[in-house]
Amino acid sequence: MTAIARAEAFVELQQTTLNYGQGARSVAALAETNLMIAKGDFIALVGPSGCGKSTILKLVTGLIKASSGWVFVAGREVGAEPVRVGMAFQNPTMLPWLRIRDNVMLPLKIVPPFRGEFRFKRHSEFRDRVDALLKQVGLNGFADNYPWQLSGGMLQRASLCRALIHEPELLMLDEPFGALDQFTREELWAIMQDLWLTRRPTVLLVTHDLKEAGYLANRICVMRARPGHIVEDCAVSFARPRTVEMTYSPDFVALTQRLRELIVAARTPREQAA
Amino acid sequence: MNAQLRRRIASASLIVGFFVLWELLCAIFHVRDIVLPRPSQILYTLWADLPGIWPHALQTTYTTMVGFILGIIGGVLLGILIGSSRLAYDVAYPLLIGFASIPKVAVVPVLVLWFGAGTVPAIITAAITCVFPIVVNVATGLATTEPELEDVMRTLRASKLDILVNVGLPRAMPYFFASLKVAVTLAFVGTVISETVASNRGIGNLMMIASSSFDVPLVFAGLLILALMGVALYAIFSLIEARVTGWTRRQDDFAVGA
Repeated sequence: MTAIARAEAFVELQQTTLNYGQGARSVAALAETNLMIAKGDFIALVGPSGCGKSTILKLVTGLIKASSGWVFVAGREVGAEPVRVGMAFQNPTMLPWLRIRDNVMLPLKIVPPFRGEFRFKRHSEFRDRVDALLKQVGLNGFADNYPWQLSGGMLQRASLCRALIHEPELLMLDEPFGALDQFTREELWAIMQDLWLTRRPTVLLVTHDLKEAGYLANRICVMRARPGHIVEDCAVSFARPRTVEMTYSPDFVALTQRLRELIVAARTPREQAA
Repeated sequence: MNAQLRRRIASASLIVGFFVLWELLCAIFHVRDIVLPRPSQILYTLWADLPGIWPHALQTTYTTMVGFILGIIGGVLLGILIGSSRLAYDVAYPLLIGFASIPKVAVVPVLVLWFGAGTVPAIITAAITCVFPIVVNVATGLATTEPELEDVMRTLRASKLDILVNVGLPRAMPYFFASLKVAVTLAFVGTVISETVASNRGIGNLMMIASSSFDVPLVFAGLLILALMGVALYAIFSLIEARVTGWTRRQDDFAVGA
Protein backbone atom coordinates (compact mmCIF):
# COMPACT_ATOMS: atom_id res chain seq x y z
CA MET A 1 0.00 0.00 0.00
CA THR A 2 2.82 2.37 0.82
CA ALA A 3 4.59 2.30 -2.49
CA ILE A 4 1.94 2.48 -5.19
CA ALA A 5 3.12 4.19 -8.30
CA ARG A 6 1.20 7.40 -8.96
CA ALA A 7 1.99 8.30 -12.50
CA GLU A 8 -0.56 11.07 -12.83
CA ALA A 9 0.57 13.33 -9.95
CA PHE A 10 4.09 14.53 -9.18
CA VAL A 11 3.20 15.39 -5.59
CA GLU A 12 0.32 13.76 -3.81
CA LEU A 13 -0.98 14.04 -0.28
CA GLN A 14 -3.30 11.16 0.53
CA GLN A 15 -5.42 11.38 3.70
CA THR A 16 -2.48 13.12 5.28
CA THR A 17 -2.78 14.45 8.83
CA LEU A 18 -0.29 16.01 11.16
CA ASN A 19 -0.41 16.48 14.93
CA TYR A 20 2.19 18.37 16.92
CA GLY A 21 2.90 16.97 20.39
CA GLN A 22 1.69 13.71 21.83
CA GLY A 23 -1.22 12.34 23.86
CA ALA A 24 -3.73 14.74 25.39
CA ARG A 25 -1.64 17.78 24.56
CA SER A 26 -1.39 17.05 20.88
CA VAL A 27 -2.57 19.79 18.53
CA ALA A 28 -3.89 18.97 15.11
CA ALA A 29 -2.03 21.16 12.64
CA LEU A 30 -3.41 19.49 9.55
CA ALA A 31 -6.69 17.62 9.24
CA GLU A 32 -7.04 14.86 6.71
CA THR A 33 -5.89 16.45 3.47
CA ASN A 34 -5.85 15.26 -0.11
CA LEU A 35 -3.91 17.23 -2.66
CA MET A 36 -2.54 16.40 -6.09
CA ILE A 37 -0.01 18.49 -7.94
CA ALA A 38 0.86 17.81 -11.56
CA LYS A 39 4.45 17.91 -12.79
CA GLY A 40 5.55 21.40 -13.77
CA ASP A 41 2.58 23.07 -12.10
CA PHE A 42 2.73 26.21 -9.96
CA ILE A 43 0.57 26.00 -6.83
CA ALA A 44 0.06 28.69 -4.21
CA LEU A 45 -1.17 27.96 -0.69
CA VAL A 46 -2.87 30.94 0.95
CA GLY A 47 -4.69 31.32 4.25
CA PRO A 48 -4.51 32.85 7.71
CA SER A 49 -1.52 32.26 9.98
CA GLY A 50 -1.40 28.84 11.57
CA CYS A 51 -3.58 27.19 8.94
CA GLY A 52 -0.99 24.57 8.07
CA LYS A 53 0.46 26.08 4.88
CA SER A 54 4.03 25.68 6.00
CA THR A 55 3.16 22.28 7.44
CA ILE A 56 2.24 21.03 3.98
CA LEU A 57 5.54 22.38 2.67
CA LYS A 58 7.51 20.66 5.37
CA LEU A 59 5.64 17.41 4.76
CA VAL A 60 6.39 17.45 1.06
CA THR A 61 10.08 18.24 1.66
CA GLY A 62 10.26 15.47 4.25
CA LEU A 63 11.36 17.84 7.03
CA ILE A 64 8.53 16.39 9.14
CA LYS A 65 6.71 13.07 8.94
CA ALA A 66 2.96 12.77 8.56
CA SER A 67 1.09 11.52 11.65
CA SER A 68 -1.07 9.43 9.37
CA GLY A 69 -1.72 9.07 5.67
CA TRP A 70 0.87 9.30 2.92
CA VAL A 71 2.92 11.85 1.09
CA PHE A 72 4.10 10.80 -2.36
CA VAL A 73 6.60 12.60 -4.51
CA ALA A 74 7.26 11.32 -8.02
CA GLY A 75 5.19 8.23 -7.28
CA ARG A 76 7.13 7.13 -4.23
CA GLU A 77 6.86 7.88 -0.58
CA VAL A 78 8.64 11.08 0.41
CA GLY A 79 12.22 10.50 1.51
CA ALA A 80 12.60 7.41 -0.64
CA GLU A 81 12.41 9.29 -3.92
CA PRO A 82 15.55 10.52 -5.68
CA VAL A 83 13.93 13.86 -6.48
CA ARG A 84 15.94 17.06 -6.30
CA VAL A 85 14.28 19.59 -4.04
CA GLY A 86 15.04 23.28 -3.73
CA MET A 87 13.68 25.44 -0.95
CA ALA A 88 13.67 29.16 -0.20
CA PHE A 89 12.62 30.29 3.24
CA GLN A 90 11.10 33.47 4.59
CA ASN A 91 14.56 34.40 5.88
CA PRO A 92 17.44 34.18 3.42
CA THR A 93 19.27 31.74 5.77
CA MET A 94 22.63 32.32 4.09
CA LEU A 95 25.61 30.74 5.85
CA PRO A 96 27.42 33.83 7.19
CA TRP A 97 30.92 32.40 6.82
CA LEU A 98 30.60 31.78 3.07
CA ARG A 99 30.71 34.26 0.22
CA ILE A 100 27.51 34.61 -1.80
CA ARG A 101 28.94 32.44 -4.58
CA ASP A 102 29.78 29.61 -2.18
CA ASN A 103 26.42 29.95 -0.49
CA VAL A 104 24.61 29.58 -3.80
CA MET A 105 26.91 26.70 -4.72
CA LEU A 106 26.10 24.78 -1.53
CA PRO A 107 23.46 22.46 -3.08
CA LEU A 108 25.97 21.41 -5.76
CA LYS A 109 28.27 20.30 -2.97
CA ILE A 110 25.58 18.16 -1.35
CA VAL A 111 23.17 16.88 -4.00
CA PRO A 112 24.05 14.05 -6.38
CA PRO A 113 25.01 13.87 -9.23
CA PHE A 114 26.79 17.24 -8.79
CA ARG A 115 28.29 16.12 -5.52
CA GLY A 116 30.72 13.72 -7.16
CA GLU A 117 31.98 16.37 -9.60
CA PHE A 118 32.11 19.21 -7.11
CA ARG A 119 35.82 19.05 -6.41
CA PHE A 120 36.74 19.21 -10.09
CA LYS A 121 34.18 21.74 -11.29
CA ARG A 122 33.80 24.19 -8.42
CA HIS A 123 36.28 26.62 -9.96
CA SER A 124 35.14 26.19 -13.55
CA GLU A 125 31.75 24.99 -14.72
CA PHE A 126 29.89 25.33 -11.42
CA ARG A 127 31.34 28.75 -10.81
CA ASP A 128 30.17 29.98 -14.19
CA ARG A 129 26.78 28.49 -13.57
CA VAL A 130 26.40 30.30 -10.26
CA ASP A 131 27.57 33.57 -11.77
CA ALA A 132 25.12 33.24 -14.66
CA LEU A 133 22.22 32.61 -12.30
CA LEU A 134 23.24 35.51 -10.05
CA LYS A 135 23.28 37.71 -13.12
CA GLN A 136 19.80 36.56 -14.06
CA VAL A 137 18.42 37.82 -10.73
CA GLY A 138 20.42 41.06 -10.92
CA LEU A 139 23.20 40.19 -8.54
CA ASN A 140 26.18 40.26 -10.88
CA GLY A 141 29.23 41.63 -9.15
CA PHE A 142 28.16 40.51 -5.70
CA ALA A 143 29.34 36.90 -5.84
CA ASP A 144 32.47 37.62 -3.80
CA ASN A 145 30.66 39.50 -1.05
CA TYR A 146 29.71 38.11 2.29
CA PRO A 147 26.00 37.92 3.21
CA TRP A 148 26.18 40.75 5.74
CA GLN A 149 27.30 43.10 3.00
CA LEU A 150 24.02 42.70 1.09
CA SER A 151 20.57 44.15 1.73
CA GLY A 152 17.54 42.02 2.57
CA GLY A 153 16.22 42.05 -1.00
CA MET A 154 19.59 41.04 -2.41
CA LEU A 155 19.91 38.20 0.09
CA GLN A 156 16.48 36.95 -0.89
CA ARG A 157 17.55 36.90 -4.53
CA ALA A 158 20.64 34.93 -3.57
CA SER A 159 18.44 32.59 -1.58
CA LEU A 160 16.29 32.00 -4.70
CA CYS A 161 19.46 31.23 -6.64
CA ARG A 162 20.48 28.70 -4.03
CA ALA A 163 17.08 27.05 -4.29
CA LEU A 164 17.44 26.80 -8.08
CA ILE A 165 21.12 26.13 -8.76
CA HIS A 166 20.83 22.34 -8.69
CA GLU A 167 17.91 22.40 -11.13
CA PRO A 168 15.36 21.04 -8.68
CA GLU A 169 12.32 19.25 -10.00
CA LEU A 170 10.43 20.45 -6.96
CA LEU A 171 10.72 24.01 -5.71
CA MET A 172 9.37 24.99 -2.31
CA LEU A 173 8.89 28.67 -1.54
CA ASP A 174 7.95 29.49 2.04
CA GLU A 175 6.91 33.17 1.91
CA PRO A 176 10.23 34.10 0.34
CA PHE A 177 9.09 37.63 -0.59
CA GLY A 178 7.22 38.33 2.64
CA ALA A 179 9.82 40.57 4.28
CA LEU A 180 10.50 42.74 1.22
CA ASP A 181 9.19 46.13 0.14
CA GLN A 182 6.48 46.30 -2.53
CA PHE A 183 8.75 47.22 -5.45
CA THR A 184 11.43 44.63 -4.75
CA ARG A 185 8.68 42.08 -4.32
CA GLU A 186 7.11 42.86 -7.72
CA GLU A 187 10.53 42.72 -9.34
CA LEU A 188 11.18 39.31 -7.81
CA TRP A 189 7.76 38.07 -8.94
CA ALA A 190 8.80 38.79 -12.52
CA ILE A 191 12.15 37.07 -12.01
CA MET A 192 10.44 34.08 -10.41
CA GLN A 193 8.00 33.82 -13.29
CA ASP A 194 10.85 33.93 -15.82
CA LEU A 195 12.71 31.23 -13.97
CA TRP A 196 9.63 29.07 -13.81
CA LEU A 197 8.83 29.57 -17.51
CA THR A 198 12.37 28.64 -18.57
CA ARG A 199 12.99 25.73 -16.20
CA ARG A 200 9.51 24.45 -15.38
CA PRO A 201 10.03 23.01 -11.94
CA THR A 202 6.99 22.00 -9.94
CA VAL A 203 6.49 24.89 -7.52
CA LEU A 204 4.69 25.04 -4.19
CA LEU A 205 4.46 28.61 -2.93
CA VAL A 206 3.23 29.57 0.53
CA THR A 207 2.19 33.20 0.81
CA HIS A 208 -0.01 35.71 2.62
CA ASP A 209 -0.12 37.94 -0.41
CA LEU A 210 -3.14 37.25 -2.63
CA LYS A 211 -1.81 39.41 -5.43
CA GLU A 212 1.40 37.40 -5.37
CA ALA A 213 -0.54 34.14 -5.50
CA GLY A 214 -2.62 35.40 -8.44
CA TYR A 215 0.40 36.72 -10.29
CA LEU A 216 2.53 33.60 -9.97
CA ALA A 217 0.35 30.52 -9.54
CA ASN A 218 -1.63 28.28 -11.86
CA ARG A 219 -3.70 27.05 -8.96
CA ILE A 220 -4.49 28.59 -5.59
CA CYS A 221 -5.45 26.51 -2.58
CA VAL A 222 -7.17 28.47 0.19
CA MET A 223 -6.66 26.98 3.63
CA ARG A 224 -8.52 27.28 6.90
CA ALA A 225 -7.06 26.89 10.40
CA ARG A 226 -7.73 24.69 13.43
CA PRO A 227 -7.13 22.15 12.20
CA GLY A 228 -5.63 23.19 8.88
CA HIS A 229 -7.42 22.01 5.78
CA ILE A 230 -8.01 23.14 2.21
CA VAL A 231 -11.38 24.84 1.66
CA GLU A 232 -11.04 25.99 -1.92
CA ASP A 233 -8.93 25.01 -4.85
CA CYS A 234 -9.23 27.37 -7.79
CA ALA A 235 -7.45 27.62 -11.10
CA VAL A 236 -5.85 30.87 -12.27
CA SER A 237 -6.01 31.16 -16.02
CA PHE A 238 -4.47 34.53 -16.87
CA ALA A 239 -2.10 34.44 -19.83
CA ARG A 240 1.66 34.22 -19.29
CA PRO A 241 3.89 36.06 -18.92
CA ARG A 242 1.86 38.05 -16.45
CA THR A 243 2.63 41.66 -15.59
CA VAL A 244 2.05 43.86 -12.57
CA GLU A 245 -0.36 45.96 -14.65
CA MET A 246 -2.47 42.84 -15.07
CA THR A 247 -3.03 42.70 -11.34
CA TYR A 248 -5.19 45.82 -11.62
CA SER A 249 -7.49 44.35 -14.28
CA PRO A 250 -11.13 43.70 -13.23
CA ASP A 251 -10.78 39.91 -13.58
CA PHE A 252 -7.71 39.84 -11.38
CA VAL A 253 -9.26 42.12 -8.77
CA ALA A 254 -12.37 39.93 -8.76
CA LEU A 255 -10.21 36.88 -8.12
CA THR A 256 -8.28 38.42 -5.24
CA GLN A 257 -11.52 39.74 -3.76
CA ARG A 258 -13.07 36.29 -3.84
CA LEU A 259 -9.98 34.78 -2.21
CA ARG A 260 -10.04 37.53 0.40
CA GLU A 261 -13.64 36.74 1.32
CA LEU A 262 -12.80 33.05 1.65
CA ILE A 263 -9.94 33.86 3.99
CA VAL A 264 -11.94 36.34 6.05
CA ALA A 265 -14.59 33.63 6.43
CA ALA A 266 -11.83 31.20 7.37
CA ARG A 267 -10.69 33.49 10.15
CA THR A 268 -13.93 33.19 12.10
CA PRO A 269 -13.25 30.17 14.29
CA ARG A 270 -15.57 27.22 14.07
CA GLU A 271 -17.40 26.18 17.23
CA GLN A 272 -16.36 22.56 17.46
CA ALA A 273 -12.68 23.43 17.19
CA ALA A 274 -12.59 24.70 20.78
CA MET B 1 44.12 52.86 11.99
CA ASN B 2 44.88 55.81 14.23
CA ALA B 3 42.71 54.41 17.00
CA GLN B 4 44.45 51.07 16.71
CA LEU B 5 47.87 52.71 17.01
CA ARG B 6 46.72 54.60 20.07
CA ARG B 7 45.46 51.36 21.62
CA ARG B 8 48.81 49.70 21.03
CA ILE B 9 50.75 52.58 22.52
CA ALA B 10 48.48 52.61 25.56
CA SER B 11 48.89 48.86 25.99
CA ALA B 12 52.68 49.02 25.71
CA SER B 13 52.97 51.95 28.10
CA LEU B 14 50.80 50.12 30.65
CA ILE B 15 53.20 47.17 30.59
CA VAL B 16 56.31 49.37 30.79
CA GLY B 17 54.67 51.53 33.46
CA PHE B 18 53.87 48.47 35.55
CA PHE B 19 57.50 47.38 35.65
CA VAL B 20 58.83 50.91 36.19
CA LEU B 21 56.47 51.37 39.13
CA TRP B 22 57.56 48.01 40.54
CA GLU B 23 61.23 49.00 40.22
CA LEU B 24 60.61 52.39 41.84
CA LEU B 25 58.60 51.00 44.75
CA CYS B 26 61.30 48.40 45.45
CA ALA B 27 64.00 51.11 45.38
CA ILE B 28 62.09 53.62 47.51
CA PHE B 29 61.05 51.17 50.23
CA HIS B 30 64.31 49.18 50.14
CA VAL B 31 62.50 45.90 49.59
CA ARG B 32 64.90 43.02 50.00
CA ASP B 33 65.61 40.64 47.11
CA ILE B 34 64.45 37.64 49.06
CA VAL B 35 60.99 39.17 49.41
CA LEU B 36 60.47 40.82 46.05
CA PRO B 37 63.32 41.24 43.56
CA ARG B 38 63.41 44.28 41.29
CA PRO B 39 62.53 43.77 37.60
CA SER B 40 66.03 44.82 36.55
CA GLN B 41 67.41 42.13 38.81
CA ILE B 42 65.05 39.53 37.38
CA LEU B 43 66.10 40.43 33.85
CA TYR B 44 69.75 40.25 34.85
CA THR B 45 69.25 36.79 36.41
CA LEU B 46 67.37 35.68 33.32
CA TRP B 47 70.22 36.82 31.11
CA ALA B 48 72.99 35.43 33.30
CA ASP B 49 71.35 32.05 33.90
CA LEU B 50 69.92 31.68 30.42
CA PRO B 51 72.05 28.63 29.51
CA GLY B 52 70.71 26.92 32.66
CA ILE B 53 67.11 28.07 32.19
CA TRP B 54 66.84 27.39 28.47
CA PRO B 55 66.55 23.55 28.58
CA HIS B 56 63.85 23.86 31.25
CA ALA B 57 61.91 26.38 29.17
CA LEU B 58 62.15 24.09 26.14
CA GLN B 59 60.96 21.12 28.19
CA THR B 60 57.98 23.06 29.51
CA THR B 61 57.06 24.35 26.05
CA TYR B 62 57.33 20.87 24.56
CA THR B 63 55.24 19.28 27.32
CA THR B 64 52.64 22.01 27.14
CA MET B 65 52.29 21.81 23.38
CA VAL B 66 51.93 18.02 23.33
CA GLY B 67 49.38 18.20 26.16
CA PHE B 68 47.58 21.06 24.42
CA ILE B 69 47.34 19.17 21.13
CA LEU B 70 46.00 16.09 22.93
CA GLY B 71 43.56 18.39 24.73
CA ILE B 72 42.38 19.89 21.43
CA ILE B 73 41.85 16.47 19.83
CA GLY B 74 40.03 15.08 22.86
CA GLY B 75 38.11 18.31 23.40
CA VAL B 76 36.88 18.59 19.81
CA LEU B 77 35.83 14.94 19.64
CA LEU B 78 34.02 15.07 22.97
CA GLY B 79 32.52 18.45 22.07
CA ILE B 80 31.13 17.08 18.79
CA LEU B 81 29.74 14.04 20.58
CA ILE B 82 28.03 16.10 23.25
CA GLY B 83 27.01 19.01 21.05
CA SER B 84 25.44 17.08 18.21
CA SER B 85 22.57 15.64 20.21
CA ARG B 86 20.32 17.19 22.80
CA LEU B 87 20.25 13.89 24.70
CA ALA B 88 24.04 13.59 24.95
CA TYR B 89 24.21 17.25 25.97
CA ASP B 90 21.81 16.75 28.87
CA VAL B 91 23.15 13.35 29.91
CA ALA B 92 26.87 14.05 29.79
CA TYR B 93 26.97 17.55 31.22
CA PRO B 94 26.77 16.68 34.95
CA LEU B 95 29.61 14.19 34.62
CA LEU B 96 31.66 16.70 32.66
CA ILE B 97 31.17 19.42 35.27
CA GLY B 98 32.14 16.90 37.94
CA PHE B 99 35.42 16.13 36.21
CA ALA B 100 36.08 19.79 35.51
CA SER B 101 35.70 20.66 39.19
CA ILE B 102 38.42 18.25 40.36
CA PRO B 103 41.56 20.23 41.28
CA LYS B 104 44.22 19.05 38.85
CA VAL B 105 46.93 19.12 41.57
CA ALA B 106 45.10 16.25 43.21
CA VAL B 107 45.32 14.19 40.03
CA VAL B 108 49.09 14.45 39.58
CA PRO B 109 50.03 11.94 42.35
CA VAL B 110 47.68 9.41 40.78
CA LEU B 111 49.27 9.97 37.38
CA VAL B 112 52.74 9.60 38.89
CA LEU B 113 51.57 6.34 40.45
CA TRP B 114 50.48 5.12 37.01
CA PHE B 115 53.18 6.49 34.74
CA GLY B 116 56.11 7.40 37.00
CA ALA B 117 57.46 10.92 37.50
CA GLY B 118 58.60 13.03 34.53
CA THR B 119 57.18 14.10 31.21
CA VAL B 120 54.15 11.81 30.86
CA PRO B 121 52.18 13.01 33.91
CA ALA B 122 52.99 16.61 32.91
CA ILE B 123 51.60 16.08 29.42
CA ILE B 124 48.47 14.41 30.75
CA THR B 125 47.93 17.09 33.39
CA ALA B 126 48.26 19.78 30.70
CA ALA B 127 45.78 17.91 28.50
CA ILE B 128 43.10 17.40 31.16
CA THR B 129 43.48 20.95 32.42
CA CYS B 130 42.88 22.51 29.02
CA VAL B 131 40.31 20.06 27.65
CA PHE B 132 37.18 21.31 29.43
CA PRO B 133 36.85 24.81 28.00
CA ILE B 134 37.29 23.27 24.54
CA VAL B 135 34.62 20.61 25.10
CA VAL B 136 32.14 23.10 26.53
CA ASN B 137 32.68 25.66 23.80
CA VAL B 138 32.56 23.26 20.86
CA ALA B 139 29.46 21.62 22.31
CA THR B 140 27.79 24.99 22.84
CA GLY B 141 28.67 26.14 19.34
CA LEU B 142 27.13 23.02 17.83
CA ALA B 143 24.10 22.94 20.11
CA THR B 144 23.19 26.56 19.36
CA THR B 145 23.29 26.20 15.57
CA GLU B 146 20.16 27.83 14.16
CA PRO B 147 17.63 25.16 13.12
CA GLU B 148 16.94 27.16 9.94
CA LEU B 149 20.51 26.62 8.77
CA GLU B 150 20.11 22.89 9.35
CA ASP B 151 16.79 22.92 7.50
CA VAL B 152 18.56 24.32 4.45
CA MET B 153 20.76 21.24 4.49
CA ARG B 154 17.99 18.81 5.33
CA THR B 155 15.88 19.87 2.35
CA LEU B 156 18.90 18.93 0.24
CA ARG B 157 18.83 15.46 1.83
CA ALA B 158 22.23 16.09 3.41
CA SER B 159 23.53 13.41 5.75
CA LYS B 160 24.27 14.12 9.40
CA LEU B 161 27.96 14.21 8.52
CA ASP B 162 27.33 16.72 5.71
CA ILE B 163 25.44 18.96 8.12
CA LEU B 164 28.20 18.69 10.71
CA VAL B 165 30.98 19.48 8.25
CA ASN B 166 29.21 22.24 6.31
CA VAL B 167 27.15 23.96 8.99
CA GLY B 168 27.89 22.70 12.51
CA LEU B 169 31.67 22.94 12.56
CA PRO B 170 32.05 26.27 10.73
CA ARG B 171 29.36 27.66 13.02
CA ALA B 172 31.27 26.39 16.08
CA MET B 173 34.64 27.79 14.92
CA PRO B 174 34.42 31.14 16.75
CA TYR B 175 33.53 29.29 19.96
CA PHE B 176 36.38 26.85 19.40
CA PHE B 177 38.98 29.58 18.94
CA ALA B 178 37.71 31.55 21.88
CA SER B 179 38.25 28.43 23.98
CA LEU B 180 41.75 27.83 22.55
CA LYS B 181 42.97 31.15 23.88
CA VAL B 182 41.84 30.18 27.36
CA ALA B 183 42.96 26.57 26.98
CA VAL B 184 46.54 27.34 25.96
CA THR B 185 47.17 29.32 29.14
CA LEU B 186 45.49 26.57 31.18
CA ALA B 187 47.77 23.99 29.55
CA PHE B 188 50.75 25.92 30.92
CA VAL B 189 49.22 25.90 34.36
CA GLY B 190 48.73 22.12 34.13
CA THR B 191 52.30 21.47 33.01
CA VAL B 192 53.87 23.65 35.69
CA ILE B 193 51.73 22.10 38.42
CA SER B 194 52.85 18.64 37.43
CA GLU B 195 56.50 19.69 37.06
CA THR B 196 56.41 21.28 40.50
CA VAL B 197 55.05 18.13 42.12
CA ALA B 198 56.86 15.39 40.25
CA SER B 199 59.57 16.07 37.72
CA ASN B 200 63.24 16.86 37.52
CA ARG B 201 62.93 19.05 34.45
CA GLY B 202 60.89 22.03 33.38
CA ILE B 203 60.25 25.56 34.59
CA GLY B 204 58.06 24.27 37.41
CA ASN B 205 60.89 22.14 38.72
CA LEU B 206 63.36 25.00 38.26
CA MET B 207 61.22 27.32 40.37
CA MET B 208 60.76 24.62 42.98
CA ILE B 209 64.52 24.18 43.38
CA ALA B 210 65.20 27.92 43.22
CA SER B 211 62.71 28.70 45.98
CA SER B 212 64.05 25.94 48.23
CA SER B 213 67.50 27.52 47.94
CA PHE B 214 66.00 31.03 48.45
CA ASP B 215 67.09 32.16 44.98
CA VAL B 216 64.02 34.38 44.64
CA PRO B 217 65.20 36.31 41.54
CA LEU B 218 65.45 32.97 39.70
CA VAL B 219 61.90 32.07 40.80
CA PHE B 220 60.68 35.32 39.33
CA ALA B 221 62.74 34.75 36.20
CA GLY B 222 60.83 31.47 35.80
CA LEU B 223 57.51 33.25 36.28
CA LEU B 224 58.51 35.86 33.70
CA ILE B 225 59.38 33.13 31.18
CA LEU B 226 56.01 31.45 31.75
CA ALA B 227 54.17 34.73 31.29
CA LEU B 228 56.07 35.48 28.08
CA MET B 229 55.38 32.02 26.65
CA GLY B 230 51.70 32.33 27.57
CA VAL B 231 51.42 35.72 25.85
CA ALA B 232 53.23 34.42 22.76
CA LEU B 233 50.92 31.43 22.36
CA TYR B 234 47.85 33.57 23.04
CA ALA B 235 49.00 35.95 20.30
CA ILE B 236 49.55 33.09 17.85
CA PHE B 237 46.05 31.73 18.40
CA SER B 238 44.49 35.18 18.20
CA LEU B 239 46.11 35.57 14.82
CA ILE B 240 44.84 32.21 13.56
CA GLU B 241 41.41 33.04 14.97
CA ALA B 242 41.24 36.35 13.13
CA ARG B 243 42.07 34.60 9.86
CA VAL B 244 39.62 31.72 10.25
CA THR B 245 36.64 33.46 11.85
CA GLY B 246 36.83 36.88 10.23
CA TRP B 247 33.18 36.56 9.21
CA THR B 248 32.00 37.03 12.78
CA ARG B 249 33.61 40.46 12.97
CA ARG B 250 32.44 41.56 9.54
CA GLN B 251 35.92 42.80 8.84
CA ASP B 252 35.77 44.63 5.58
CA ASP B 253 35.36 48.29 4.97
CA PHE B 254 32.81 48.23 2.24
CA ALA B 255 29.13 47.58 2.61
CA VAL B 256 26.35 47.70 0.06
CA GLY B 257 23.53 50.18 0.54
CA ALA B 258 20.04 48.95 1.21
